[in-house]
Amino acid sequence: MLTRRVIPCLDVDNGRVVKGVSFVDIRDAGDPAELAAFYNAEGADELVFLDITASSDNRNTMVDVVEKVSSEVFIPLTVGGGIRSVDNMRRMLEAGADKVAVNSAAVANPQLIEDCAKEFGNQCVVLAMDVKRVDDPVVTELEGFGAIPAEAMWQVYTHGGRRPTALDAVKWARQATDLGAGELLVTSMDADGQKTGYDNELLSVISDSVTVPVIASGGAGELDHFYDALVEGKSDAVLAASLFHFGELRVSEVKSYLAERGIPMREV
Amino acid sequence: MTDNSKKPRIVVLNTRAANVHSVEKALRKVGADPLVTSDPADIASADAVVLPGVGASDAVMRALNTLNMAESVKEFAASGKPLLCVCVGLQVLFDSSEEGELPGLGLVEGSVQLIPTGMKDKLGASMKVPHMGWNEVQFTGEESDRNPLFKGIPQGSHFYFVHSYRCVPDAQAEVAATAQYGVEVCAAVARGNVVGTQFHPEKSGEVGLQIYKNFLDLASANQE
Repeated sequence: MLTRRVIPCLDVDNGRVVKGVSFVDIRDAGDPAELAAFYNAEGADELVFLDITASSDNRNTMVDVVEKVSSEVFIPLTVGGGIRSVDNMRRMLEAGADKVAVNSAAVANPQLIEDCAKEFGNQCVVLAMDVKRVDDPVVTELEGFGAIPAEAMWQVYTHGGRRPTALDAVKWARQATDLGAGELLVTSMDADGQKTGYDNELLSVISDSVTVPVIASGGAGELDHFYDALVEGKSDAVLAASLFHFGELRVSEVKSYLAERGIPMREV
Repeated sequence: MTDNSKKPRIVVLNTRAANVHSVEKALRKVGADPLVTSDPADIASADAVVLPGVGASDAVMRALNTLNMAESVKEFAASGKPLLCVCVGLQVLFDSSEEGELPGLGLVEGSVQLIPTGMKDKLGASMKVPHMGWNEVQFTGEESDRNPLFKGIPQGSHFYFVHSYRCVPDAQAEVAATAQYGVEVCAAVARGNVVGTQFHPEKSGEVGLQIYKNFLDLASANQE
């Protein structure tokens, strides 16, 4: 049966991995290819590389990173950060990415999703969304974005979570998949960095609203958080960054734990 | 295989699919020196050919037709030399597909059907289409009877799939491997020298690279 996926996420700045793995015997903790090989050996089912500065200069560097990693590591690679056009996406795919994530540019221009999906197929297009709970009723109208619907429980933010939009996260998820997004990478800004677990309510509501796979992101701190995101959150994949990089949990450990609890996992 | 001139001529057909270079990189990783081409003349002189594919079957057929590669691929298949077709590359071996309008290559009898939606897996989650991710593959028959491309791969190994349609060959004997996704999914087809995998060996880690290694060995053995 189809396994659930465990995905380490690596932040890249100017060709170097920031927050590099600090706990293993790696010669160069900032080298994307070396870290990719390490996580591959650990049993990672897929890798996500995020360009955190996402300037156009950096994009060229990112193409080199993808080229190098994909020559060494033969598992699916998703690349995101600063993707603004069909051409940006083509360069990443030709360099060896299997999927490309769009975020802010897709909010500004949803047509980008459709254009990329038509050109490369839905399976190549990941919509990444940064989402926050609407728990303060005062925040109903945001400058330049109109009003967020009163029934919205979660709100979409762009620009690395710095800019709120009037988009209801659940509706945006549905709209994006209708336009051709083949997968959703859903980050809860409330849960991110808290290590108290993923926002499973958000994940399950979105998962029930769409027919494409959902990757859970933000909040992992303990082994059972991964299990909860897959079962309660109905996610297809679980992503974590610093937790893995700082060695608090290892990918192999998470996978063994999930397998023991009856979650189908790929053995390496 | 230290002398480059003795390496077999492995040709990767450039179907304009975005992952042609992933196939090329996997072949390089196992020691091959592949040529990525869309020139039909290169097919005729090849020791072995890979037909990659992602995306839609019509897109692959359109590329094969407009670049005049379709006939050359059929002739190559008839030559008895190794032909490996990946994902949509496998699906276009059939006469037609529910997905597309263009006729396929017609090298394998059977149909290509949309994977049914709405079934639940054992965790109670609804099974999504595309079938995307790592699934367990069971090779049919005894290991000794397997196609040479699948030798040395543990039964039940996981391979990476991304597809919405499944192949249903008329001849059950041509189903070389299966996976379960609510329905039985044909994971590989083998008809002598013509082999297709629904999964992507170039994205399936070590077991995937083993298939390319086997392919290289087979190409070397067939070298003229």
